[in-house]
Amino acid sequence: MTFITANWNPLGEAFYRKSELYEMCWNLRDGLRDCLVAAAPYGGPIALLREPVRRSPSSRPQLEIYSASGVSIASFPWKSGPVVHLGWTRHFSMGQEVVQSQVLEAKVFHSPYGTGVAIVTGSSRFIMATNIDDLKLRRLPEVPGLQGKPSCWVVLNQDRQTKVLLSTGSELYILDNTSCTAVSLPGLAPQGGSIVHMSVSFSYKYLAVLTDSGHLWTGPSHLQDKMSEVDTKKLTPPKQMVWCRRPKSQQPSVVLMWDRLLMVVGVCQDTIQFPTEDQCVLVGEMDGVRIISSTNQELLQEVPLVCQEIFKIASMAPGALLLEAHREYEKSSQKADEYLREIKEQSMLGEAVSQCIEAAGHEYDPNTQKSLMRAASFGKCFLTDFSPGQFVTTCRELRVLNSVRESSVGLPLTHTQFKQMTLQVLIDRLVYRQFYPLAIEMCRYLKIPDYQGVSRVLKHWASCKVQQKDLSDEAIARAMCAKVGDSPGVSYSDIAAKAYECGRTELAIKLLDFEARSGEQVPLLLKMKRSQLALSKAVESGDTDLVYTVVTYLKNEMNRGDFFMTLRNQPVALSLYRQFCKLQEQETLKDLYNQDDDHKELANYYVTASYREKRLESRLSLLQSAVDEYNKAKNEFSAKATEEEMRLLRFQRKLDDEKGAGLLELSLQATMEALLALGLYKQAEQLYRDFRVPDKRYWWLKLKSLAEKEEWDELEKFSKSKKSPIGYLAFVEVCMKSNNKYEAKKYVSKVTPEQRVKAHLAISDLDGAADAAIERKNDSEIATVLSRCSAADRLLIERLNRASTAKK
Amino acid sequence: MAAHLSYGRVNLNILREAARKELREFLDKCAGSKAIVWDEYLTGPFGLIAQYSLLKEHEVEKMFTLKSGKLPSADVKNIIFFVRPRLELMDIIAENVFSEDKMHSSRDFHILFVPRRSMLCEQRLKEQGVLASFVNIDEYILDLIPYDGDLLSMEYESAFRECYLENDQTSLYHTAKGLMTLQALYGTIPQIYGKGDCARHVANMMLRMKREFAGSQNQILPVFDTLLLLDRNIDLLTPLATQLTYEGLIDEIYGITNGYVKLPPEKFAQKKQGEASKDLPTESKKLQLNSAEELYAEIRDKNFNAVGAALSKKAKIISAAFEERHNAKTVGEIKQFVSQLPHMQAARSSLANHTSIAELIKDITTSEAFFENLTVEQEFMTGVDTDKVNTYIEDCIAQKDPLIKILRLMCMQSVCNNGLKQKVFEYYKREILQTYGYEHILTLNNLEKASLLKLQTSSRNNYPTIRKTLKLWMEDANEQNPNDISYVYSGYAPLSVRLTQVLARPGWRSIEEVLKLLPGPHFEERQQLPAGLHKKRQQGENRTTLVFFLGGVSYAEIAALRFLSQMEDSGMEYIIATTKLLNGTTWIKSLMDRPESQIS
Repeated sequence: MTFITANWNPLGEAFYRKSELYEMCWNLRDGLRDCLVAAAPYGGPIALLREPVRRSPSSRPQLEIYSASGVSIASFPWKSGPVVHLGWTRHFSMGQEVVQSQVLEAKVFHSPYGTGVAIVTGSSRFIMATNIDDLKLRRLPEVPGLQGKPSCWVVLNQDRQTKVLLSTGSELYILDNTSCTAVSLPGLAPQGGSIVHMSVSFSYKYLAVLTDSGHLWTGPSHLQDKMSEVDTKKLTPPKQMVWCRRPKSQQPSVVLMWDRLLMVVGVCQDTIQFPTEDQCVLVGEMDGVRIISSTNQELLQEVPLVCQEIFKIASMAPGALLLEAHREYEKSSQKADEYLREIKEQSMLGEAVSQCIEAAGHEYDPNTQKSLMRAASFGKCFLTDFSPGQFVTTCRELRVLNSVRESSVGLPLTHTQFKQMTLQVLIDRLVYRQFYPLAIEMCRYLKIPDYQGVSRVLKHWASCKVQQKDLSDEAIARAMCAKVGDSPGVSYSDIAAKAYECGRTELAIKLLDFEARSGEQVPLLLKMKRSQLALSKAVESGDTDLVYTVVTYLKNEMNRGDFFMTLRNQPVALSLYRQFCKLQEQETLKDLYNQDDDHKELANYYVTASYREKRLESRLSLLQSAVDEYNKAKNEFSAKATEEEMRLLRFQRKLDDEKGAGLLELSLQATMEALLALGLYKQAEQLYRDFRVPDKRYWWLKLKSLAEKEEWDELEKFSKSKKSPIGYLAFVEVCMKSNNKYEAKKYVSKVTPEQRVKAHLAISDLDGAADAAIERKNDSEIATVLSRCSAADRLLIERLNRASTAKK
Repeated sequence: MAAHLSYGRVNLNILREAARKELREFLDKCAGSKAIVWDEYLTGPFGLIAQYSLLKEHEVEKMFTLKSGKLPSADVKNIIFFVRPRLELMDIIAENVFSEDKMHSSRDFHILFVPRRSMLCEQRLKEQGVLASFVNIDEYILDLIPYDGDLLSMEYESAFRECYLENDQTSLYHTAKGLMTLQALYGTIPQIYGKGDCARHVANMMLRMKREFAGSQNQILPVFDTLLLLDRNIDLLTPLATQLTYEGLIDEIYGITNGYVKLPPEKFAQKKQGEASKDLPTESKKLQLNSAEELYAEIRDKNFNAVGAALSKKAKIISAAFEERHNAKTVGEIKQFVSQLPHMQAARSSLANHTSIAELIKDITTSEAFFENLTVEQEFMTGVDTDKVNTYIEDCIAQKDPLIKILRLMCMQSVCNNGLKQKVFEYYKREILQTYGYEHILTLNNLEKASLLKLQTSSRNNYPTIRKTLKLWMEDANEQNPNDISYVYSGYAPLSVRLTQVLARPGWRSIEEVLKLLPGPHFEERQQLPAGLHKKRQQGENRTTLVFFLGGVSYAEIAALRFLSQMEDSGMEYIIATTKLLNGTTWIKSLMDRPESQIS
């Protein structure tokens, strides 16, 4: 069994450890010699450019990208000019100005505003862009006396400003947007000499400066203090100098690298020296330094405090005791109990469990993780109220971390980095590396809501898949359907849009078929000129506005005939378009009905249209068209009714012309009414006969009209003209309405026996009513009469009551 | 202030609050003082969501009605158009904007589409060249508006006409969207039943929308157990009949719009004590009618014949309460009395109002005309002489009674007779065209298209079968202490509500045959609930059903459903939703077409 502390090196109070992350999978013929190397932080990939300075204009260096474990990801020849610096950013261009002036040196840096880049031009000017996604080039002020490039420089982030700290050898300047200020390092010994190397920490908070006399000055980057100054006793400048810290560092240090030596210089003045065989590259991380050589990769870091406490030889920390207790327990030794008792006596068991869990997170070796977690789990058994949250989370996270650390994936993330970077970003990175199954498995394992998890991965997978030119549309669509299914949040229309972008229209259409939201399919289909399909999808969506939109589009796209034919196959769209036409384009409406041979609607259309005409002749001719269409529709009633209306209109016009009667547009009934009112009885009679007006209605009309005009003689004549179809009670009532009791009386005798009581009552003839009621021996009628009697009608009441009882 | 929305089984105030929140957010988007230009149709529905005070709080200083020409001047930073997405309105807006620009350039324009943005309209604004003038173009999704504690309405007047006459299913799309919003707030409704083509269409859209939104699914315990979607056209008869509940009669006689009724002022004038009111007020009295008013909630759903008794009982209680003051001896008692005074005074004025309304209605219901009309209606509903020309209808035409009244009766006869015989049908039509004018041929065509009027094609009349199976006519309807829903029409049990009742118990399987006689499919769908959201029902806890009337519902039908909710052994509570509250008159009116003559 190897001791965990075997690779620990003391530095001041703390320990540093250098543990192997990977044996590199790459096979580099010449090692890292003559290479420009850039590795992205957070266990990111490595970019490697061989022989950046061309030997001949025709030789093209190869730019190779590897995962952190050395698996080749991509490789392509570098076609542009000589490369000064390699760093990880998104794709961007700095523009013509930079191209024209020679770039001497460049640095890529990361700040809260994004990824930035700073360059030194041939004219010794600094140009900086703080965020390449929103590229704004800033020319920094001139540095007095600077010729060529400075001896060394770094980019600082201070007070929400990005500045450049540079040294011309003896002088030190800070360059910001507006000024160039000379500064000095506080407390740097006068014999220090001129500055040859500088380095800022990962967090931009600390600065390390190396002078030509081998003195290493460290301090906060605002240059107001000194942390320490160490004599490295090396006069040659190192190849690389990088801060090595971790959050809550006990003993921060600076790592310097020479050809065959790696020196860790603690702020405490202590140093550790590691001999190196090979050319190496240092990559600063937030909690350590990665050392990449041609054969392997190591992580150098300060041992986290909690790990120190547990694993330090003879540590009595609760975590250490718990680990020991568990070890004994596994050996079935009673010592387990002793250790446990010891922890419990100090009531430190909770603390012990937490320590083990936390330490497990910091350990890279799964076996160590396991033994720590087992110890924690063991300790947990003796606690009643220990929340399992931390344990479960750490277990899950470790499983995730272990799986991405696998050489095949090559993301050597520490737990600290993972927490800082967040799971979202980790999934994104897996997705960009196209580790889809792993990403999905992870999302499912961590139970991330589909929207942020599985669906996001699938979306990416799908838009990558549609670009695979070697697969048939059919195969891709099938794969897509099988994998994506109806995962929430994956928009097939987005994927289809991507396919269309790649020129695969057929595939796009196939994919759109899977889209549940019909509405989403429409815009793309229109874009792809599949307008018919767009129309049926719009109809399917139920969103009428969408249907209208497509219809409007089609109307402009197609010739009229095709347009109508298309609509004909889509009844919903057709009815909507009809509605549109009703309000906006009457003429088109007619064409639509015509096309469908919808004679009835066509007839209705003509009727409506006739009312818009200002001249009678035009109205009549439209009505004639309506008659024709009603006939074609076999709607005889409407045809006839329309003909009658035409007849009536002509009649009205004629009479208006002759007598100025003002009849036009009145209904037949109103016309007759008007004629009667004007005393034009003959004409009214003519209409009554011509239009076969039912007797009843005509009689009512004439009765009321004559009464209104108080033409009582005429009324009487009328009443005798034939047997009234509406009976004579109507006559009584109408006369009474005109308050003419005298006339009313004339008709009472003609009223049928059934209505006679009512008639008498109408003229307030109680006696007559009583007679009639008694004669008819009708109880309810008697009651009605009774209810009309007042106290004064005593005799009558008695009579009625008698009749009523007599009957019984 | 909208507390009455939260008293019911389902707290509909949540919906109202959600709507208010959205409105505030939009108003705040337009920083600074503002004037709102209203699509007139929207002011009523908006009144149910927010009063002027809310708008005022958000710096709305002026309100105008949308009309063509120039906008009235107002010293405000923002002009906001609240409009329905209709092309003709876009043209007016364009005109407004054009005539505006030259004078004030500093006013910002915004559009708020209700209930949904429309590409078509935006395209129109673009064609008119004004689209770019708008700083904000937004939509205010106002589908289902909380109308009362158990009632939601879309206030979508033309829904029936659009669906059954014009084959335009826009309203159904909005319905489905509205139901999705409802489910987002009140949980997925696990069971959906429906009857009719529109119901089927809405359910299909809902199920599809649910798939579309899968994953963003809310984790709310479902409030509704069941959704029942009913097409208006499966029950054309009910709205045609004269409603006989208190609220129904108020609507029949005076018309309730957006929860308000306008009444003739005379009856209310002399009520003010002491004031010498010499001149009668000429402006009609506007009253809000909802369950916030205790007395109204109590009597609204009663048969009108039972209202008088209820009112006098209430009067006794109130005067007894006022009498209490004589018994109040100690300071504490007096204080107690005084503290109840505002409530008692409100109750008294409410009683006074409803007594007046009841008197107004009584004048009408006791008239001979009302009685005769009702008799004919009941004859039709019981199947008496429905295949002959009805003399009452004939007489009414001769007397030139309002056309809508005639049409209501005619349609009723047709519906109860499964269509009219050709001779009868043509006779009626001719009578109408000759008396009221030829132009009504369009309206008659419309009614035919909506199956309200039709020619009897088969000799078989289904209506008696339906009436008997569903017990639509109850001979001994008890108006005072009802034991069946038929009390709302004094004998006729509304078909739609009967279907609802049967669905709850014993289930539609028992009436398969009748369902087949009614138009459109009937169906059942289940919506999967996310795990853990299955309701654990308490013993004796009622189930809740949302009944959605596509194409409108009458107050009497609502009363019948409320009656079912209150029945002790029903085990079911009903929440009612609809495209629009209607009665026979407003319904027929919405189906009429009246071309305006241009002849000079």
